[in-house]
Amino acid sequence: MTEQLLASLTDGLLLGFVYGLASMGLSLIWGVMRVINLAHGATMVLGMFATYLLFSTLGIHPYVALPIIVVLSLLFGFLVYTTAVHRVINAPYLSTLLATFAVNMMIIGIGTAVFTTTPRNVDIAVGRFQVGPVTLLSTRLVATLIAVVVTAGLYLLLYRTRPGKAIRAVANNRAAARLMGISAFRTLALSFGLGTMLAAAAGALIATFFPFTILSGAGYQTKGFVICVLGGLGNPTGALIGGLILGALEGIIPVFMAVNWVPVIEFVLFVLILLVKPSGLLGAR
Amino acid sequence: MRAWRYPAFWLTLGLVAAVGIVVFATRSATLREEMFLLLMFVTLASSLNILLGYTGYVNFGHIVFFGLGGYVGFYLMSQQGWPLWWATLAGGLASGLLAWVLGAATLRLRGAYFALATIGVNEAVRAFVNNFRPFGGPTGMSLNFAVYRQYGGPANALWWTFGAMFGLTLLVIVISYLVKFSRFGLGLMSVREDEDAAMVMGVRTPSMKTWAFVLSALFPGMVGVLFFFKNGNVEPGDAFRLQMSIEIIVMVMLGGSGTVLGPAIGSAAYERLRGYLLTSPIFKNLHLAFAGFLLLIIVLFVPAGLVGWLRGRVPRLRRVLE
Amino acid sequence: MSEQTHPETLLRVQGVSKRFGGLQALSNVSFDLPAGQILGIIGPNGAGKTTLFNCINGVYPPEEGRIIFRGTNITGWQSYDVARLGLARTHQIVRPLNELTVLQNVMAGACFGHERRNLAQAEKIADGVLEAVGLAKWRNALAASLNVAQKKRLELARALAARPYLLLLDEVLAGLNPTEIAEMVQVVRSLRDQGITILIIEHVMHALMNVSDRVIVLDYGVQIAEGTPEEVAHNPKVIEAYLGDPKVAERLLLGD
Repeated sequence: MTEQLLASLTDGLLLGFVYGLASMGLSLIWGVMRVINLAHGATMVLGMFATYLLFSTLGIHPYVALPIIVVLSLLFGFLVYTTAVHRVINAPYLSTLLATFAVNMMIIGIGTAVFTTTPRNVDIAVGRFQVGPVTLLSTRLVATLIAVVVTAGLYLLLYRTRPGKAIRAVANNRAAARLMGISAFRTLALSFGLGTMLAAAAGALIATFFPFTILSGAGYQTKGFVICVLGGLGNPTGALIGGLILGALEGIIPVFMAVNWVPVIEFVLFVLILLVKPSGLLGAR
Repeated sequence: MRAWRYPAFWLTLGLVAAVGIVVFATRSATLREEMFLLLMFVTLASSLNILLGYTGYVNFGHIVFFGLGGYVGFYLMSQQGWPLWWATLAGGLASGLLAWVLGAATLRLRGAYFALATIGVNEAVRAFVNNFRPFGGPTGMSLNFAVYRQYGGPANALWWTFGAMFGLTLLVIVISYLVKFSRFGLGLMSVREDEDAAMVMGVRTPSMKTWAFVLSALFPGMVGVLFFFKNGNVEPGDAFRLQMSIEIIVMVMLGGSGTVLGPAIGSAAYERLRGYLLTSPIFKNLHLAFAGFLLLIIVLFVPAGLVGWLRGRVPRLRRVLE
Repeated sequence: MSEQTHPETLLRVQGVSKRFGGLQALSNVSFDLPAGQILGIIGPNGAGKTTLFNCINGVYPPEEGRIIFRGTNITGWQSYDVARLGLARTHQIVRPLNELTVLQNVMAGACFGHERRNLAQAEKIADGVLEAVGLAKWRNALAASLNVAQKKRLELARALAARPYLLLLDEVLAGLNPTEIAEMVQVVRSLRDQGITILIIEHVMHALMNVSDRVIVLDYGVQIAEGTPEEVAHNPKVIEAYLGDPKVAERLLLGD
């Protein structure tokens, strides 16, 4: 029992890092521009398919492909922000919700037409390590490592660079930031690009663990909400910790009850936290 | 009862009535099935509009009421042997009750937080029904064919169902107008424009919002029972499609939220368009992408919707286009 | 919950304090407002004037102290319950219900205020009030289409349509030009003649001094003076904190 628990918990926590990585993107976009990006899940799936295509057609290893995906998704984020979001950035929140959902529909629609909904997977060699009673998969270890590195990179960017400081200023007070000569458009587009990039990168890593279809995004999207609310919307560190909590829950719950009760517990928890402490367990930032 | 002083009331009601009359006059089963779906979406969109259009609260889980009402009614019909009429009523009441409980809790949340909570509710209810044994778990429930006998056979049962759907659509339109031109409606619209100011003016916002939510939930609950009765079976995947909640929002936006004519026209147009896209060889695979593109265009360029845009353009039409 | 107050005391504020994080927005503010009077509140920006209004009409509860209105302790009540007891207010930054018509805005005031009128009665009251504040011409226009001065009047009209016992006016003159100010002051004076009790915050000093029966001065949330406009204008503490220069006070009283 204890061993099984330990194994499930480790598995869950390692997965939690990647969930956290994806949710940081969601949280960053909300924190900077008060937009709930409903295209987040679809963007993760784009990351998965990019990994799949680069691997299956060109034979590029997923970890080598990651930098390519990072650059492409950053550009994709700029594109989405410029065409779909910027025009309604100051409109009532329903507009941005629907605009990003429209992007979600277009990605899934075109994706379904091109790739159909057959499941895919990225078949790379997986190493196993035995640590005491726990078996660790190399894909999960590497993914965790990458998630940590990317998170550190994000923090360096936000706290040590000029564009990062601009992002934090705009998040704090858009009007005041403009008065100080910060271009709102460029900064918002950059933030949206970064958020999109985090989603795609997380998708690329998840592609190395699980099979996926073009429709997988919806599940990850809702997990992302749960995580963000756990950690406090708009708080990237919170998102990472929220990811770990969710990963741990997903690891532990199946030990005690049927696995299909996991989503019930997740979403009940989600609604309860929203009701009791909408700023999240760790508080919004 | 100021509603019938407005030409818009008679215009919208006339349009819906025409649909029903044409179907009954032609006795065409194909047309009936097409128009059932059309009226169903008109009812779903119009009922969502009572919350979304009047109070400005965005519910991403409208389909929860459709699914839950459908399940409750279906359970009563298939397991307890209730007749369709009582089951329909019970489905509506069950959804209304759920809305009352949910509303008391979630309507304290403002803006995007409320929208997020409704997404969570949608997922939680779907996941719950998936695991709930009395409702058949993931496989759902089916109706025994013999059930249709009390309605004069399956063919007749379909006509009765259409008749009931038609009645519900007329009812939701009448109620939408009655609410809109009442003191209750004025209170709801004050909430939409500025909730804090409304409170300062004396609008009891918590109970007002909750009642709007309950009213908005009654109709999908009843529609759900009719739909799944007609289908003969119900399962979680069909009953709780988050996608459909959003499509209903698109219908309301397309026509113009806050007006009654708008959601009615918007849902009819969207339903027809989707039907066309699904059967057209070019768009068959791209219908979702196309719908997304359409949504983006509306949100970016015509946020007031078709009717809202016309109202803005031709102020003289205001009384006709409410 | 009935309190022992003089029947003619409409509003009694007792030792009200409010904090926001580390900021003490109000400390121990107390005053009585007899029915039929106009009480002015002055103080530099950030002195806690609007916070005081928000505590009185239930936007948020004070941490300490009591607020008694019409003999009822309303401390911690929701703002809609306070409104139903007969209190109406205007906001410093106008809050029109943009997508509703001017008439609907004012009708909402009559429908949900303490008289709880039905729509037909509310429409009659609204038309009367719109006439009085000079907005009758814009009755069917959308509130969003009004200019700032008109929106200020709309704000006032909406509060008046509630037929309140007590009216809180938060800087109804700010942002208006001299002609518009003169017109608005006329409107406020006529309200006093109708017997409405008014609590008024104003930055346009001479207007406030001329229209108020008594004046309270707030400085960093502390009530530093209370009295007739005359007394307050000559109070050295007030001059130091706010008016700066005794000559300014003279000019204010003269209505310069």
